[in-house]
Amino acid sequence: MIAFFQSSIFVNLAYIFASILFIFGLKMLSSPETAQRGNLVSASGMLIAILVTLAQNEIIAYEYLLVALIGGLIVGVLASSLVKMTSMPELVALFNGFGGIASLLVGVAEFVNPSSSTLIQIIAISFTVLIGGITFSGSLVAFGKLSEIISGKPLILFGQRFVLSALLLVALLLVLELIISTGLLNISSQTILFILIGVTLILGVLLTAPIGGADMPVVIALLNSYSGLAASSAGFVINNNVLIVAGALVGASGLILTNIMCKAMNRSLSNVLFGGFGAASSSSEGSGQIQGEVKPITAEDAYLILEAANSVLVVPGYGMAVSQAQHVVRELGELLEDNGCEVKYAIHPVAGRMPGHMNVLLAEANVSYDVLAEPDDVNPLMDTVDVCIVIGANDVVNPDARENEGSPIYGMPVIEVDRAKTVFVLKRSMAAGFAGIDNPLFLKENSRMLFGDAKESISTLVSEFKT
Amino acid sequence: MESQALLVLLLFVLVLSIFLGFELINKVPSTLHTPLMSGANAISGITIVGALLASGGEGTFSSVLVGTFAVFFASINVVGGYLVTNRMLKMFKKK
Repeated sequence: MIAFFQSSIFVNLAYIFASILFIFGLKMLSSPETAQRGNLVSASGMLIAILVTLAQNEIIAYEYLLVALIGGLIVGVLASSLVKMTSMPELVALFNGFGGIASLLVGVAEFVNPSSSTLIQIIAISFTVLIGGITFSGSLVAFGKLSEIISGKPLILFGQRFVLSALLLVALLLVLELIISTGLLNISSQTILFILIGVTLILGVLLTAPIGGADMPVVIALLNSYSGLAASSAGFVINNNVLIVAGALVGASGLILTNIMCKAMNRSLSNVLFGGFGAASSSSEGSGQIQGEVKPITAEDAYLILEAANSVLVVPGYGMAVSQAQHVVRELGELLEDNGCEVKYAIHPVAGRMPGHMNVLLAEANVSYDVLAEPDDVNPLMDTVDVCIVIGANDVVNPDARENEGSPIYGMPVIEVDRAKTVFVLKRSMAAGFAGIDNPLFLKENSRMLFGDAKESISTLVSEFKT
Repeated sequence: MESQALLVLLLFVLVLSIFLGFELINKVPSTLHTPLMSGANAISGITIVGALLASGGEGTFSSVLVGTFAVFFASINVVGGYLVTNRMLKMFKKK
């Protein structure tokens, strides 16, 4: 009986079953009703894959792996239960990096094992190391930027593109040398692999460092895709289908998200990766200075307008996450609804620092997910909205995207809040948005600026409603 | 010759899985983008299978050591990824 559970036919059938669970799990993640169960389905697939692997007779010693498993388990449980919802982007980036380094190490372990590797395995190892290394160091840089350990500003080194292409070339030559081993370099193949690891780690840093905080959703989605590809590639190293299938699913989903994020910014992927957006966007100055003046409003006056409103649209941005305003925003929304007003939330795909960032924060604050709308749903009805409350969002509501052909964000799909009857903009100061672009919305006739911390401003509104 | 046949088979699986992945994810509403990403991220921890085989398998001290580190990182990815996704999805409610 035990022999059956260790037989390769049983193990492979179990891997197929695990793959089916991953597929169903991902499918169920696409609807809010089934998403939580979908995640459990996918997790049980993972558990099955791990258990049958542990039961295989190829595994002869358990001491090390159990220590590592339990260690990882503890770290994983602690990290996932202690993290605040606002810190979710950096945690996702960090986990992603760990997936990348794990795949890289699987490749290295196979390489240093003297049992002869086939040519195909060596090619697969090279790719696993290449993608895994880029995923790891790239994710660490993303983690650093998102948690503000390092500056979120785009960091562009002199000759960035040249260095990048040169390193990529070196990496490819090293891979080639590993495969055909000409012996020209006169160093052992292990040394070559270690140099390759070093090069890929630098590549990951160089690819991520130039990308500004506002473009982070794209980068996280792309790194997500890479971690899947690395796992898939590791599948070729150990000839294992479940790695290939699961990795490919992740790779594809990451690419789709990347594409959605790029479309939401009306930019190509290469423009995001190499454009250094926001670092050099002062070119539009002079061309038609924006006319108008800033009209501040007090919370008390804002309350009077809100009290009379029949429909309110809330547009959150990264500023809401920074000031942790999601809970008071929900409270305000409920008070408005009690007052007979229709409240909706319009969320731009790239608002925040990762795909769907704002949705998670509002869900945390108990906002029902059926009032969270996408720009395409709210824009056609914008003329009928009485008040738009823009909370810490800037570039995603910039009318220049529609009106000013000279603007760097011209053509980007935005939430057209300026068409509402009144717009409240909650903002700390008049500083430009993350992309460093002026926003004529603040000067429009129907705009009122509510300066100060978003959480405090909304708390004041809430207490006005309660008195 | 046999390894070539295996390679073709594995590539076949890879290509079909990529297409399947595109079909599966294509219609995810933006509300769920974050959980989708972190859930997919947890799945990419499947590399733990390779890590376990390297850490517990017959091999040199160095391959076992490297494999053990791989198990550590992959299990953080798997456990943390699924738990944090679950934590987020629990919050998505309709009133």
